[in-house]
Amino acid sequence: MSTSYQVLRGPEHFLPPAAASMGIRLPDPGQGHIHGKIVSEEEAMEAAARQFLSAKVPTIFPGPLVLWAWNEKAAHKATAVRHLYETLKASVTSTQQAMLIPMPDYRPKYPKINPEVEINPNHPNLTIWHNKIDACMFVGVHCHQANLSLKIIRGGTDCYTIAMCAQAGHEDAMLSFRDATAEKIMRLADWVKKLKGSVEPPK
Amino acid sequence: MSLERIKIAPEMYEIMPPEYQDLVKNATYGNENRGWKDIGTSKELIEEHSLCAGCPESMAFRYILASLPAPEDTVMVGSTGCTSLVFPHVGIHNIHSLFGNQNAIATGLKRALTVRFPGRIKDVVVLAGDGATVDIGLDMTLQAWFRQEKFTTICFDNELYANTGGQESGLMQKGFVAKMAPVGKTFEKVRLPEIARESGCHYVVNCTVSKPNLIEKVIKNAIHIAREIGPTYLQLYTPCILEIGKNSMEGLQEMRDSEKPTERFAYREYISDQAKELLTEMAAKEKERKAEAKRQLASVKA
Ligand SMILES: Cc1ncc(C[n+]2csc(CCOP(=O)(O)OP(=O)(O)O)c2C)c(N)n1
Ligand code: SF4
Ligand SMILES: [Mg+2]
Repeated sequence: MSTSYQVLRGPEHFLPPAAASMGIRLPDPGQGHIHGKIVSEEEAMEAAARQFLSAKVPTIFPGPLVLWAWNEKAAHKATAVRHLYETLKASVTSTQQAMLIPMPDYRPKYPKINPEVEINPNHPNLTIWHNKIDACMFVGVHCHQANLSLKIIRGGTDCYTIAMCAQAGHEDAMLSFRDATAEKIMRLADWVKKLKGSVEPPK
Repeated sequence: MSLERIKIAPEMYEIMPPEYQDLVKNATYGNENRGWKDIGTSKELIEEHSLCAGCPESMAFRYILASLPAPEDTVMVGSTGCTSLVFPHVGIHNIHSLFGNQNAIATGLKRALTVRFPGRIKDVVVLAGDGATVDIGLDMTLQAWFRQEKFTTICFDNELYANTGGQESGLMQKGFVAKMAPVGKTFEKVRLPEIARESGCHYVVNCTVSKPNLIEKVIKNAIHIAREIGPTYLQLYTPCILEIGKNSMEGLQEMRDSEKPTERFAYREYISDQAKELLTEMAAKEKERKAEAKRQLASVKA
């Protein structure tokens, strides 16, 4: 199926369509997608690192699957996510602010969340607006909540979304990896380090 | 969720909102002796609630959550109504079911958990309003009991549909006039505790939530009996102060007034013979456990 639809920065306004319903396909193993176009994983790595380095507030949103050390794999991923964040922090300029904001669970705590310290999948826009986040990466968020959240972000904000997905990828993100492992997250950190200083920082 | 999973990844600890750190450090997951007395000294499994100020449902929630024997291995099933506004703030796995379907959902859940985790105890506890339990969900409530499903059903009986502004419910008293039931109820309060007994429940209690120690006892009994034998049912009076025209401080007195011996929430219980045997056995074991703990303490001191 061919499609002219692209998964782009919003705001796409109320009820953006599910990208899958617009013909966006998921990548195969070893691939990723950028705006819905299938690319090699390396290409996606470079593009994600560039998005991070060119954002004013590049942010990582770790979800319950990495925040909670519920098995050894999860604990390793948490270490890798922290490493990516520290790398990002060390790679941005003084006009940029890297953030690491947790999504501890999916309870619809509206309107009770404190957008400075957490993000909730049912109203992710609150955290994004409050911190003026313009590029973010989801990691360790269950599929359904990630899709819901990514669509809300596309609908109501102009934030660039990246999904470091442990399963088959997220068509509702603007850029998605699949089969995430601790090693893959480390590799993205290497890309950030490699491109440090070579990407134009935001004005 | 089980106990070993309630652990924050060390690298993520400092970014977790404080209430989660507190849950991991100071909640009573895994504590065999947990009970209502922990309230005020340990982290409660309820964060905040969005009920009206002073609503007795909030007290009921706090006592019940403090008394669950194994919260880390419990899944609660709720339904639409005032109670459903609280579930998003509790630190226990829970499922929100379509209004009235709670006992059907709990049936499937309990059976699935039994298959998925053989040899491990997983408690399922339904908690829903009277509208969900007795009116719209009556079919599901009764059928689960007929089938002898092994979970506990708790009904927060506030004698009307509170969340939708005060419509008549089967558990409303005869003659009662509510905001959206201006004619007044024309028939008697449905005798669900008696129906529960006839439908196969092994433990049935009808009471108010005025006494936390009593709630702890009935919750523990109901859950243990459901684990081992079959369905149990608790009907707890949690008056809707908003609909009966009371202010925030008057909920407790309303419950005390309604539990006097001649009143409709005077303590009533039914325990099947099989359940009585189990409770006697459990009491003996508990006595032995406490005695052993005392002996060990004494030997450590010596
Ligand atoms: C299938 C369905 N029917 C009707 C409703 C509307 N509804 C929402 S709450 C409610 C009444 C709840 O009453 P009760 O179970 O007694 O709970 P309370 O709010 O009194 O605690 C109703 C009828 C619904 N949400 N879903
Ligand atoms: S409407 Fe009634 S039952 Fe519901 S929260 Fe308010 S006081 Fe409690
Ligand atoms: Mg009610």
